[in-house]
Amino acid sequence: MKHCLIVDDSAVIRKVARRILEALEFRISEAEDGAKALAVCERDMPEAVLLDWNMPVMDGYEFLGHLRRMPGGTRPKVVFCTTESNVEHIARAMQAGADEYIMKPFDKDIVAAKFQEVGLV
Amino acid sequence: MTETDHRFLSAFLRARSGLALNSDGLYLVESRLPAVCRRFGLSDPGELIAILRSGAVPEIEAAVVEAMVTQETFFFRDKAIFAQIQDIALPRLLEARAASRRLRIWSAAASTGQEAYSIAMILAGMAPSLAGWTVDILSTDLSDVALERGRLGLYTHFEVQRGLPIQLLLTHFTQAGDLWQISAALRRMVSFARVNLMDDFSGLGIFDLILCRNVLIYFDDETKRDVLERVAARLAHDGRLILGGVETPVGLTETVVACPDFKGAYSHVGCNRISRCDRDSPK
Repeated sequence: MKHCLIVDDSAVIRKVARRILEALEFRISEAEDGAKALAVCERDMPEAVLLDWNMPVMDGYEFLGHLRRMPGGTRPKVVFCTTESNVEHIARAMQAGADEYIMKPFDKDIVAAKFQEVGLV
Repeated sequence: MTETDHRFLSAFLRARSGLALNSDGLYLVESRLPAVCRRFGLSDPGELIAILRSGAVPEIEAAVVEAMVTQETFFFRDKAIFAQIQDIALPRLLEARAASRRLRIWSAAASTGQEAYSIAMILAGMAPSLAGWTVDILSTDLSDVALERGRLGLYTHFEVQRGLPIQLLLTHFTQAGDLWQISAALRRMVSFARVNLMDDFSGLGIFDLILCRNVLIYFDDETKRDVLERVAARLAHDGRLILGGVETPVGLTETVVACPDFKGAYSHVGCNRISRCDRDSPK
């Protein structure tokens, strides 16, 4: 079972995403900011990260930079999932090493399509 | 709705769109017709049916057909098909058409055009080898509303996230308020026309690649056979016809047969290889 880390400061979003991804047969971890997400990655590097942009302590963009420099940190597929939906944000995320990008609001079809796009389902 | 009204509506839809109402038909009628009633200020579906029977208001007839036909579509729907179009069909067609440098593609019953634009995006990625070529991509549907949306190339937040890789969104789309618009260059590659598969479409000419996916499933067998044979007659002698994943000509017609090297594609009998076919073009 593949491991997916959901990083979002909204407990509601984490709960919704967890339901969708568990239905896609992922084992789920959760973190409410980038710093806590890095701690999860140090312990148990996931195959996938569903990543919010705007979070307290450490945002998703900064987290992605740290992740990609960690040992084994280039391996996870990172799918941004954010309300930031302009071209500049999307381009910036992709240049920073994201694999896909979901603009909120999302539904299960979009999550499934994006995870399929990066070869996770 | 009375049983008589239901029978009338079934016959009306079959004649106008080929749609055969199955066991889900009553549910579809009850869920979709109230919106048409509200749009035209009608009290209930019974009044709507009475107007359809009179044949006096073409706008309402068109609205009923549009409401009842399924317009589900998304970019790169069924990735395996598009991978084979990109890796097998298009390279072979380009080789086979090197002399004429012309390629014609038809996306039939294509709703708002995502299928045609998916092909256009693939071709845009092959641009260097297409210099000097004339490529026509025709996207047809019976819904004027869907066709107009396709012409504008405007898609919602949800539509651009189903099947479209983010890099292609960045490459080929711009933001237009809450919507995303496909580039003018790709819009110029695709033309849109109203074509009802129930009608004679022989005037469209011959195509090298035809996509007619996920529409035959809504027809009864007699209509499936009729449409398949007339679509196949529009296919170039060595062209490829692509059907939906659960659609097949087997048991309906022997006009086309499965291509062994392209799952989901069909060709004229004896034309399994695009560049090695010696069969005459269909008349």
